[in-house]
Amino acid sequence: MTDELLPATLGDAEPAICTRRLASGRSRYTADVANPKALHAAFLRSPHAHAHILSMDTEPARAMTGVAAVWTGKELLARVNGYAARTAVHPEMKVPLQHALAVETARFHGEPVAIVVAESRARAEDAAAAISVEWSPQPPLCDPGSAADEPPLHPELDTNIALHLEQASEGAEAILAAADRVIERRFAFNRHTGVPLEARSIVADFEPCEGRLEIVMSHQCPHQMQVEFARLLGLAQHRVRIVTPDVGGAFGVKQQLYGEDVAVCAAAVLLGCPVRFVADRAEAMLTDIQAREHLVTARLALDADGRMLGFSIEDTHAIGPYLQYPRSNLGESRALLSLVGAPYVLDCFFGTADIVFQTKAMAGHYRGVGHPLACTVTEALVDEATRVSGHDRIAFRKAQLVRKLPHRSPTGVLFERLAFAECFEALEKAVDLHVLEAEVAKDRARGRIAGWGVAAFIEQTARGPGFYGHGGQSVSSRDGAVVRLEPSGTIRCLSSVTEQGQGTETGVRQLVARALGVCSDAIEIITGDTAVTPHGGGTWGSRGMAIGGQAAWDAAQSLRCEILRLAACLSQRSPEALDLLQGAIVERETGLTIISLSELAAMAHFQPYRFGADRQPQLSASAEYGPLDQPFRAGTGIQLSRIEIDPVTGAVHPLRHLVVHEAGRVVNPLMVDGQIRGGVAQGLGAALFEHCAYAEDGRAEATSLARYQVPMAVDLPDIELVHAGHPTFTDDGLGIVGVGEAGTVGAGAALLNAVNDALAGTGAAAVFTLPLTPPRILAALGAI
Amino acid sequence: MSDAEPVRTITCTVNGGLRTATVPVRTSLADFLRETLGLTGTHLGCEEGQCGACTVLSDGRTVRACLLLAVQADGTVIETIEGANTSGRLADLQEAFHVRGALQCGFCTSGILLTADAMLSEGNALERADIRAGLTGHICRCTGYQAIVDAIADIGAARSAASD
Ligand code: FES
Ligand code: FES
Repeated sequence: MTDELLPATLGDAEPAICTRRLASGRSRYTADVANPKALHAAFLRSPHAHAHILSMDTEPARAMTGVAAVWTGKELLARVNGYAARTAVHPEMKVPLQHALAVETARFHGEPVAIVVAESRARAEDAAAAISVEWSPQPPLCDPGSAADEPPLHPELDTNIALHLEQASEGAEAILAAADRVIERRFAFNRHTGVPLEARSIVADFEPCEGRLEIVMSHQCPHQMQVEFARLLGLAQHRVRIVTPDVGGAFGVKQQLYGEDVAVCAAAVLLGCPVRFVADRAEAMLTDIQAREHLVTARLALDADGRMLGFSIEDTHAIGPYLQYPRSNLGESRALLSLVGAPYVLDCFFGTADIVFQTKAMAGHYRGVGHPLACTVTEALVDEATRVSGHDRIAFRKAQLVRKLPHRSPTGVLFERLAFAECFEALEKAVDLHVLEAEVAKDRARGRIAGWGVAAFIEQTARGPGFYGHGGQSVSSRDGAVVRLEPSGTIRCLSSVTEQGQGTETGVRQLVARALGVCSDAIEIITGDTAVTPHGGGTWGSRGMAIGGQAAWDAAQSLRCEILRLAACLSQRSPEALDLLQGAIVERETGLTIISLSELAAMAHFQPYRFGADRQPQLSASAEYGPLDQPFRAGTGIQLSRIEIDPVTGAVHPLRHLVVHEAGRVVNPLMVDGQIRGGVAQGLGAALFEHCAYAEDGRAEATSLARYQVPMAVDLPDIELVHAGHPTFTDDGLGIVGVGEAGTVGAGAALLNAVNDALAGTGAAAVFTLPLTPPRILAALGAI
Repeated sequence: MSDAEPVRTITCTVNGGLRTATVPVRTSLADFLRETLGLTGTHLGCEEGQCGACTVLSDGRTVRACLLLAVQADGTVIETIEGANTSGRLADLQEAFHVRGALQCGFCTSGILLTADAMLSEGNALERADIRAGLTGHICRCTGYQAIVDAIADIGAARSAASD
């Protein structure tokens, strides 16, 4: 089947496979998997942001009833390798060595310093509380702006700047210096986190006679963990098996290695028995990766006619005390340095970024990585430009949109596909912006504080090996699938994609069904088991369907060819004259059934001689796929937000939110819509109130869901979706583009622009510090 | 510290069956359901009353199983998602959630289904805004809630049409 024959939508809006089971209370999350023999782990954690461990007395804990073992960081040192997230792309990066449990110094509030294993979680927690530690508190590092001037957090590194990055187009400085007008604003982005409702959890079991470590855990990238656990514990890679059963959301939080997980595996190895750890919410809030704490000074240069010439940015990215292993922390700043200004045709770009250590929780790759920052900086400055110059916001954007492809942005990024023209056209078709403007004006005339805003965004999805591969990191940008014809004529598909609720399994199943001409129900799909599926990247960077789906499609196409060859043998026809339709092999011209797939399958398994003396039927096929040269596939879109501000409380109420989006070929519209809406909710949450606050002494304040607000149903409007027409499919393969992060990327920027529009309506100055909490809004309004 | 965990024997009706168990007095109702009875359809998202994932019915009212001790359930009638599922009482809501994509990871779903059913059985006609308000106290981090509101609105309409 050639690509030209394929429609833009490949499958129906089929509900996700597992949701009937999950809605029946028959979940299999890691903590649901009963293992009566498992011991329970609990951790002693640092109560300080930064403190030396002068001494630790674990004897009282060891003596307690039901306690099997206690290890400190120092004691585990001999059994577990340390880790450092180096990348060959930036050999100059300062990368401190990290250990599963802090050894001499704890560098964030909540960092684990000892593990206790006991017969119950309660006993383990009691024992952890009985460990006494003599701490020597040290000054915290919690102001990214002054990180460079503070004494180094890691004395061996001499500096708190892990890496300095620069990106400049040729002659940028001269162009920027000659601009008629430069608009400069300072953005402060709030540290926030993913909050998957199921906290991180793991059960590790070790078989000492065979040296086999079997792990059930809540994770996005089981194959990555197989490689890393083997490496850190000195085990044979093929004897480490990771199973990820149901996973209760992940969003990037469950993408990296956590010290607790390594310590639990080490405990299982040392004790030769299963050990289980399920983080509670306080532990998750203290130690899950956090993201997007940036200070960005950004400038937009304009010529005399108000045309945009280019952007320049100075970014400071505040990470934790270490670089997250194994991926490092370059993603956010790199997104800023490559995507600021990207929707527009510009003459130049100049940017710098400093990635700085802080005594806060580890930073990582939360949904959208740096994309929401790049979108916010760009689109908020564009709005400021139009406010200053009096231009119409939409016309101003449309005049400078990237239309001609391929397009090389002055940030150096080559875009092969973008669909901004299509998206603006779709936006204007879906919403009469004059009516919207008139409604807002009417609201204002009635004394309300109302506004609307838009944000154009790009999502780089389905990345190739350009970063981790070149960096020498063991992170796969590929995926694989095995597709097997069972004797009953049904299909089993083993895929390295992973499922945390996105519906990737369902989409992969639909693709295999389509390729083999069978109904979805004839396919059983297995994911999340490194012992069974091919090695692959799992979930990161919106890649499941674009990469994993492609691999499954390719495998299914091979099996299809073999099935048609076998049927051709039986029927004395050429394989080209045959087709697979509705579970049968039919003659292409006439539709006449040659043989049912079930009959053919049984024959091939049990009477193989019927296909000729020299032919071995091949009833399974596999394929692996990953972009080789292509750095990413871009999805594009525009989000529109309309809000109202309560003048008394300062609360921002999103009244309307619309996403126009283009993402190549769609496999399952229901899943795509679900991803975008869920992504928008997280983007709005981050813009409105989500904030990992730290006290002056560096201790975390957002340690519960009472102190870290995530959106509830009442906080959000219905989210309208418009799918824009796609540009031609020039990509290889099916031309699927990821959608997992698109909603998150543009939501906050659109909301911020709407809020600043509302503030401007009252004569108040715009706000560029997030989140847009009521006190901040009241201050902007001059009410407090 | 004394080594013996203080325990108490409790008896309650869980999903229609009488259950007697001896539990440490500090065990939460949620842990009792999950660990002692193996009813893992009740999920724990926060263990401090914020997320609603652990919602079950106690004597017909929705409660947070993480905020109650197992000993407080002594003598009560508890229904969890497993019981509601077996009875078929929620079948329409469950199917609507499935078809609408009202769950992605599913971790919030058991609690939301029980609350949704309680919301609908109060018999009021529900606007979307009422449904959103009724979901306060439940966190879904995946869906953005819209599909959940869709599913509950569908069944609200269907149930009230059937009772007309
Ligand atoms: S676990 Fe009970 S409310 Fe969150
Ligand atoms: S579906 Fe994942 S939290 Fe609701």
